[in-house]
Amino acid sequence: MEYLLHILIISGIYIILTLSLNLILGYTGIPALGHIAFACVGAYTSSLLALNYGISPWIGLVIGACFASLLGVVVGFPSIRLKGDYLALATFGFGVIVYSVSKNWVDLTRGPMGLPGIPKFSFLGFELQPVWAYLILVIFFVGLTGVAINRIAHSPFGRILRSIRDDEIASLSIGTNVNKYKLVVFVIGAFFAGIAGSLYAHYITFIDPSSFTVMESIAVLLMVVFGGMGSIKGSFIGALVLVIFPEMLRFLGMPSSIAAPLRQMIYGLLLIVLMLKRPQGIIGEYRFK
Amino acid sequence: MRIWEKGERLLEAKSISVYYGSVKAIEDVSFSVNAGEIVAMIGPNGAGKSTALKAVFGMVDIRSGDMLFNNKSIKSLRPDEHVSEGISLVPEGRHLFPSMTVIENLEIGAFQQKNSSAKEEMEKVLNLFPLLKDKKNHKAGSLSTGEQQLVALGRALMQKPKLILADEPSLGLSPSYVDIIFDKLIEINKSGTSVLLVEQNARMALEIAHRGYVFKIGSIFMEDTGENLLKSEEVKRAFLGG
Repeated sequence: MEYLLHILIISGIYIILTLSLNLILGYTGIPALGHIAFACVGAYTSSLLALNYGISPWIGLVIGACFASLLGVVVGFPSIRLKGDYLALATFGFGVIVYSVSKNWVDLTRGPMGLPGIPKFSFLGFELQPVWAYLILVIFFVGLTGVAINRIAHSPFGRILRSIRDDEIASLSIGTNVNKYKLVVFVIGAFFAGIAGSLYAHYITFIDPSSFTVMESIAVLLMVVFGGMGSIKGSFIGALVLVIFPEMLRFLGMPSSIAAPLRQMIYGLLLIVLMLKRPQGIIGEYRFK
Repeated sequence: MRIWEKGERLLEAKSISVYYGSVKAIEDVSFSVNAGEIVAMIGPNGAGKSTALKAVFGMVDIRSGDMLFNNKSIKSLRPDEHVSEGISLVPEGRHLFPSMTVIENLEIGAFQQKNSSAKEEMEKVLNLFPLLKDKKNHKAGSLSTGEQQLVALGRALMQKPKLILADEPSLGLSPSYVDIIFDKLIEINKSGTSVLLVEQNARMALEIAHRGYVFKIGSIFMEDTGENLLKSEEVKRAFLGG
């Protein structure tokens, strides 16, 4: 039972990541490949604040998300100048940089040794110890993110994002400040990814750089593409299926030393098949050009 | 060399240069558009006409020189700021939103204007293009290229521009629609909007233009009235086929 709840919590965290990347990739059409870096910053910020200064995870989560947003500005700037493949590569490189910094800035992050003993969230003086209590917390944030991204996507602002995605030159000629919108989208996406990172850190209570490799960004990307770019429901489906599906491998009696690399191989294969057979994902409204 | 003048100077490019990386696209190019004029830019592929147009709209960096609109420098403005200044672009290849209807494509052109004035403009645009009235609820992607070009022109008009920049409006159109588009450009011009036109179809462009500039490898090598350019032996030999 506890195992099932654990899977749901992890799914929830991935749903937040997927929704936030969907805003950047699915609604605005920016091929960003370094999304997990924002989660990394969120996770490390709130963990370090809690461990070193005893700051409550609630506040840490907000500060972590803000730090991630700040990083969103940093990534957003080159993205204004770059397009297509070049932009994908730049964001990919950015993901590698954040990973390397978290691994090598040993004084701050303890590098590959990781940060153990991160405190859990507490509510009205009670620590959220039981898994179900944490699940409720995660569901709350999933709901918050879902509503926020949905509202953004279906506001006039979201319509402009889709116009940029569908035809950037057309958007320019109707008088859209395309660069500003791209930057804002990065900031919003990074904010929610930061929340996801922080939720993860305070749930597992241990983080190390290996949780934030570029492979994780690819996994989140796959969840967006699988569920469908430009679809809120799609993000839920994509994250749920792709978190739960690899877990099935455990029941086939596979040791985790095989199951983990197999998961990545399945992800890679799935991405290829999707691009060939169904580039718009399960219920997406947009496909890669 | 000032040749023809009607109304005040609206747009003036003062010896502008544009580079793509280290490659020179246009160098030391000067041109102007006066209020009420149709000005055509003609020349072979790669001569820099489209780059000059993009420079007007702020889509490329102007490395040297200045761009004045209503005697105010617009050199460092972003493309969207040009729209609020009163310059609208009809991009090459139309660039409509294919899954949206004709009406929606027109509406989105005015998304920065007030609702009341947008309705008024919509009325005007549909009256100007009666062809679109029957198809106003069709998806833009299902229209013929010529009809799409009308929508693109209409979308620019929705912004109530003082100056329309039309980039290759006849590209890919059937001959009858080329005529329609050029007729509409004249009509738009008569109602008070200036037009800066970049065209491959040099003869048609010069026929409707008050003045024309002939581009050749990155600079302007001739400027005159449309009429004179049409008669010019050099232009005839180079672009009009004898």
